[in-house]
Amino acid sequence: MVIGADNVSLTFQTNDGPVHALKDVNLTVERGEFVSFIGPSGCGKTTFLRAIAALEHPTGGTLSVNGMTPDEARRARAYGYVFQAAGLYPWRTIAGNIRLPLEIMGYSKSEMDERVKNVLELVELSGFGKKYPWQLSGGMQQRASIARALAFDADILLMDEPFGALDEIVRDRLNEELLSLWARTGKTIGFVTHSIPEAVYLSTKIVVMSPRPGRITDVIESPLPKERPLDIRDTPEFIEVAHRVRDGLRAGHGDEL
Amino acid sequence: MTDTPVSGAGGGIGRTARASWVARALSGGLLPVVTVVIAILAIWYVAVVPMNIKEVLTQQERAGAEIVPPSAAERRDAGRWGLVFNNFDLIGPSWSMERARLPAPHQVAQELWASTWDEEVNGRRGIVRSGTLSNRSLIYHGGVTLGATVVGFLIGAALGVALAVGIVYSRVMDLSVMPWAIISQTIPIVALAPMIIVVLYSVGLSGLVAKAVISAYLSFFPVVVGMVKGLRSPDQMQMDLLHTYNATPAQQFWRLRLPSSVPYLFASLKIGIAASLVGAIVGELPVQRGGLGARMLGGSYYGQTEQIWAALFAAAVLAAGLVWLIGWIERRTLRAMGAPT
Ligand SMILES: Nc1ncnc2c1ncn2[C@@H]1O[C@H](COP(=O)(O)OP(=O)(O)OP(=O)(O)O)[C@@H](O)[C@H]1O
Ligand SMILES: [Mg+2]
Repeated sequence: MVIGADNVSLTFQTNDGPVHALKDVNLTVERGEFVSFIGPSGCGKTTFLRAIAALEHPTGGTLSVNGMTPDEARRARAYGYVFQAAGLYPWRTIAGNIRLPLEIMGYSKSEMDERVKNVLELVELSGFGKKYPWQLSGGMQQRASIARALAFDADILLMDEPFGALDEIVRDRLNEELLSLWARTGKTIGFVTHSIPEAVYLSTKIVVMSPRPGRITDVIESPLPKERPLDIRDTPEFIEVAHRVRDGLRAGHGDEL
Repeated sequence: MTDTPVSGAGGGIGRTARASWVARALSGGLLPVVTVVIAILAIWYVAVVPMNIKEVLTQQERAGAEIVPPSAAERRDAGRWGLVFNNFDLIGPSWSMERARLPAPHQVAQELWASTWDEEVNGRRGIVRSGTLSNRSLIYHGGVTLGATVVGFLIGAALGVALAVGIVYSRVMDLSVMPWAIISQTIPIVALAPMIIVVLYSVGLSGLVAKAVISAYLSFFPVVVGMVKGLRSPDQMQMDLLHTYNATPAQQFWRLRLPSSVPYLFASLKIGIAASLVGAIVGELPVQRGGLGARMLGGSYYGQTEQIWAALFAAAVLAAGLVWLIGWIERRTLRAMGAPT
């Protein structure tokens, strides 16, 4: 078990009273799984991912990452986190941005160069290392930020709507790349999205969430094979899973629809 | 065209190059600047007349002219514009008065020339004949002021950056330093400067150090304010990113906060160096030991208004040069940091 949530609750104290971002969340994620979190805006997807990353702290229940508390896992550098915006440092080149975590973690110079070269290849940005972020398109910047999260040896990758701001075509390509990257590296991936096809296409496990209070309404184990060409999205199995996700989302919204 | 190819081509290049230079200068903001300068000069030349009218009329009266109204006592209480219109044919000497209340621009320009190039190159005490700068030249006095400005600015900027780092990293300093820094800037420097100089003199510090202290006092504040804002400019996501790497506070400072603050730093350094120059000049007012401030006050003691204006212009040129220099360093730095050019 890589990630285990046991009755996790998280309440923000705000000026307008408490906000129950997460309530009694139970979930286990095994090594090498690709887990998507899907749900309407404000259902606590980001909050849950941030809690796994020890950027937020649960107010109830227990959360474990690699058998440790999230904060211990953070200090052990157990995960790479990809934010919704690429968030590259404008004063560093692409290679310099990818080197940032390596510098902080004290890798040697030759090791850094080696790793930067490898991950740039992995996200198909070879030859762009010397460019500055403003010289790259939005999709390329997002790939660079994924490369930054892959550069060091974390076996967990947490991604919060990494492709949210991109158009459908770029998104399809990056989804394919992400799948092949996942197959090659064997990392455990937690992935937040708003898109049902994206969630079904990528995941081995889909977590459907609903808001007020944020909770899990359904966990769907995908029956799709690990090998997924883009046109798998037209198969009956795919459509079947997508239906279940949509139903789960609707159920969570039942009181409002 | 019967020219030889060489001269023909050369002439062509020269012409187009010149034409494009003019076009570039005009489109590049020179035209508005020139327009404003011309407007200011026009207003100045007109203003010279009413400003100097009473002295001009006194002089004309001595030369035997008929003045309206004829008695000096009546003129003392009369409006300046009224005097100008009643004696319009007599205003000729307005632009060439000695010790004019308001000297004309060309008089100031003459004084500037005389107290810079002319004094140094042709004067007995100038650098050409004596080997050292003349103590009557604006170059010498500008240099004195510049020295104090730069030393004070360096102290003020270093102090400002240090305080900003303290404020950002220590809650105690955040709560305790900022109010005092703000209060320090509400005390009029003209009131404070003589006290600072007297106090420093009594402990054996005078001259450049005393002036530099006043400069530093004026310049540290914009640097503190700008730098605090700059060091706090990284957004939550960028901070969170470093947190996920388990970065130390030192790594966070050098790799995120400091680079983020650079544009803010330069903006406040530009304000700071201009404030430093003001500080140095104010510090030169109480003691007549050289510097542009001393020239200004000296000019006002002896009614040498051209000298005051010339010193003012020298200070303005100095300030523009210093701000430009910071801007140049800023451009170089930002380019080295990958800013689009
Ligand atoms: N720092 C915070 N302080 C107070 N309330 C917060 C904070 N962060 C999130 N919330 C609240 O917690 C709830 C869940 O927010 P969260 O960002 O996890 O939603 P989300 O599922 O990621 O939504 P979206 O799909 O729009 O990104 C929301 O109601 C939000 O207002
Ligand atoms: Mg979110």
